[in-house]
Amino acid sequence: MSVRRLAKEQPDSFAFNEKSEAEIKFWLAKYPEAKKASAVIPMLWIAQKQEGWVCEPALREIAGRLDMPYIRVYEVATFYTMFNLEPVGEHLIQVCGTTPCMLRGSEELIDVCKKRIGKQHEISADGKFTWVEVECMGACANAPMIQLANSDGDHYIEDLDGAKLEALMDDLAAGKTVKYGPQSDRNASEPHGTKVLSDPSLYDGSRAKKIKLPNTGKAEG
Amino acid sequence: MSEDLRKIIIDGEEIEVPNSFTLLQAAEAAGREIPRFCYHERLSVAGNCRMCLVELVGAPKPAASCAMNVRDMRGGPNGEPPAMNTLSPLVKKAREGVMEFLLINHPLDCPICDQGGECDLQDQSLVYGRTGSRFPENKRAVEDKEMGPIIATEMTRCIQCTRCVRFVTEVAGSPEIGMIGRGEDAEITTYLESAVQSELSGNVIDLCPVGALTSKPYAFNARPWELKKTETIDVMDALGSNIRVDARGSAVLRILPRVHEGVNEEWISDKTRYAWEGLGRQRLDKPYVRENGKLRPADWPEALTIAAEKLGGDASKIGMIAGDLCSAEEMKAAKDLADALGVTSIDCRQDGAKVGGGAREDYLFNATIAGIEDADAILVIGANPRKEAAILNARIRKTWLHNDTQVGVIGEAVDLTYPYEHVGTSADVLAGLKKKRSGFIKTLKDAKRPLILVGSGALTRADGAQVLRAAGELADAVGAVSAEWNGLSILHTAASRVAGLDLGFVPGEGGHDVAGMQSTALDTIVLMGADELDMSQFGDAFVIYVGSHGDAGAHRADLILPGAAWTEQDGLFANTEGRVQLAYRATFPKGEAKENWAIFRALSERLGKTLPYNNLTELRHKLFEDVPVLAGIDHAPGASEGYDAKAAGAAGDVEATDFVPAVGNFYFTNPIVRASKTLAECSALASGPAQMAAE
Repeated sequence: MSVRRLAKEQPDSFAFNEKSEAEIKFWLAKYPEAKKASAVIPMLWIAQKQEGWVCEPALREIAGRLDMPYIRVYEVATFYTMFNLEPVGEHLIQVCGTTPCMLRGSEELIDVCKKRIGKQHEISADGKFTWVEVECMGACANAPMIQLANSDGDHYIEDLDGAKLEALMDDLAAGKTVKYGPQSDRNASEPHGTKVLSDPSLYDGSRAKKIKLPNTGKAEG
Repeated sequence: MSEDLRKIIIDGEEIEVPNSFTLLQAAEAAGREIPRFCYHERLSVAGNCRMCLVELVGAPKPAASCAMNVRDMRGGPNGEPPAMNTLSPLVKKAREGVMEFLLINHPLDCPICDQGGECDLQDQSLVYGRTGSRFPENKRAVEDKEMGPIIATEMTRCIQCTRCVRFVTEVAGSPEIGMIGRGEDAEITTYLESAVQSELSGNVIDLCPVGALTSKPYAFNARPWELKKTETIDVMDALGSNIRVDARGSAVLRILPRVHEGVNEEWISDKTRYAWEGLGRQRLDKPYVRENGKLRPADWPEALTIAAEKLGGDASKIGMIAGDLCSAEEMKAAKDLADALGVTSIDCRQDGAKVGGGAREDYLFNATIAGIEDADAILVIGANPRKEAAILNARIRKTWLHNDTQVGVIGEAVDLTYPYEHVGTSADVLAGLKKKRSGFIKTLKDAKRPLILVGSGALTRADGAQVLRAAGELADAVGAVSAEWNGLSILHTAASRVAGLDLGFVPGEGGHDVAGMQSTALDTIVLMGADELDMSQFGDAFVIYVGSHGDAGAHRADLILPGAAWTEQDGLFANTEGRVQLAYRATFPKGEAKENWAIFRALSERLGKTLPYNNLTELRHKLFEDVPVLAGIDHAPGASEGYDAKAAGAAGDVEATDFVPAVGNFYFTNPIVRASKTLAECSALASGPAQMAAE
């Protein structure tokens, strides 16, 4: 990790779009009015999901909505490395470089990224990709792995090697949908070659009793 | 919070302390000194520097004593009181470890660091510093941050104690400084490096335990051990903050706060802190006489002869106006001279405030500054305490923060750093308030100790006396005045005001006040450092300016008698509470300038009305004889029995016009601060758009 600064070039303004506004409403409802500053991390996430990164006008917009001094939002945004303070490509590839993944070949993934995209934090020539090395994301049983962050969400893509990652990036660049999760014959993190969870109803949630989640107003499984 | 006493054994010595104490406070109660960087009595506990580690007997690890309460300690297995060691080898080793980590990234630039000689890190490394370094890697370097005209930064020296962050957030109430990043990359900065705009910002320089935040105007000026320190009083506002003036030779090089729990705690405003810059500029160092429209230097005998000639004229055509920075002694000397000459047009209220004449309580901050913390409801009338008395505003913020005090404002709705109920803007709202049943009046009536703060802005109006009466009646109606608590509090803006009123430096029989002196054609006007007047209104009068700075008064003057600034003479000042404090001389007057009282003494001799004192001690004897109330040094009178708030001011209707605060530009209220470059920069920043600061 190094010193994190706001990007030199910033947009003039920032506004949340309709989808973001709906999410903001959902998150703000979770906190009492006097403690609404607690929503600062969700708000930063929402801003990042909308734009791909957190720009300076967004910090001020969030501070205004949460009655926080600008500096407090600035502190949070710079503290957490998951907030991109500079623009990133359409797909942000977060390569796990921690020991288990490294032992299983994450360096190969990083070489692919370097070859294909360039330096860390930089956007590839086609604007599609940015890559960063991150610390353990807790999927060591499926090492090496990446997290793919884009407008679709954040997805683990596991059991990779250099060739698979390159193929994956080709697909992404071509706009094809890709398979998330293990890229091997595994379903999840079971031992290779075993047959478990063969019945999808065991894990797709269809067997679960519907319960009402607090604050959501809707029933979820 | 219960104040149950708890036994605790500190280094084998058993003492009893309240269980709400932290271990650090308990150790201090036992006479132990605990080193610390982040902990500060007046700020919240952060517990991040780890320098205050102590050994808890029976615990596996040392604990940060600033962040652990006595009540949370565990006793021994056989019911013994809990024990901690502050002097054991383990403690020393632990603190040495902390110190080593702090020094790993700390530059070794003490010889060129402005904090050198008064640096907590330097001092504590004397005891806890290890010899040599075990760290062969590169040191961390941090980019310096821009924080405006007052704070110079050298961020590589920062040890991340966050005192500055906590100060601006908690005490100053303008959260502008923060810590960005994390871990090794944590940095203290303002949002996008904009200038800190709080009027208390200079205090972070004192709070910084290392040389990361230092004073920009003082940069590389002096080392602390070359300075002569004089403990004195500030006159930039009516609070009389306790300060220490550091001078080298004839130049005042900096002003620092002193602790006075009753007045300024340990903060001073930026105006107080950088008034010293004005002491070296625009000074009047010799007498001047106006000839053919131009001022030419003269010598004292000539100047005094001219002045005596003018003052020897028709006494009814002579006026004297005392400015905002006059000491009680010089006003006494001037008044005695005026009395001897039969001059009745004298006034110490150059802003035209309609106060004085009645009971002393009518013009005092009766609740006392420390008493603000006891108030449970505060109504601010026609004042912007943030600009008129920044330190007092910090007190109000403190009580709002800790005691849940309700604040209401009648007047301009400005940012006071705490939320308040805006009751109204005009004076008739005040007059009608006591008839109301709901709203802020209910808060005041329900309060046990309501405080009615009346600002100068409310009293300088044409109906100032009526506003004061309305405030007094309101105070009486809500039960703010009793023998134990007097909530009717006048906030003055001038350091000289209360002593002037005590002395009776107000128009005598047939005399004119300031406005009267300006509207009637007088022959001679004496301005004692009075510059906040419209000088074009004096017509053809011969203006004698007695003062220290070449400002509006000196430009209009026909004769200038150079006087001493407040740091250049001993003097008594009564603050807005009526607390009389002594200011001491730090340096000598500039050039041929004389102490102000001596100028009037010399004039009296020329006029054949020699004043009955030959030195300051004799003058003070006479002063205390005539005005005994000024002899009670450092005593704030507060509440007293038999005071009738309903009689304050004068009866009559108040006009339905908006209150205008007395201080427009916080940084430019008197001739001394107007001569300060740093404060001019601050003023430009405060009036310009905030974005400009980032450039």
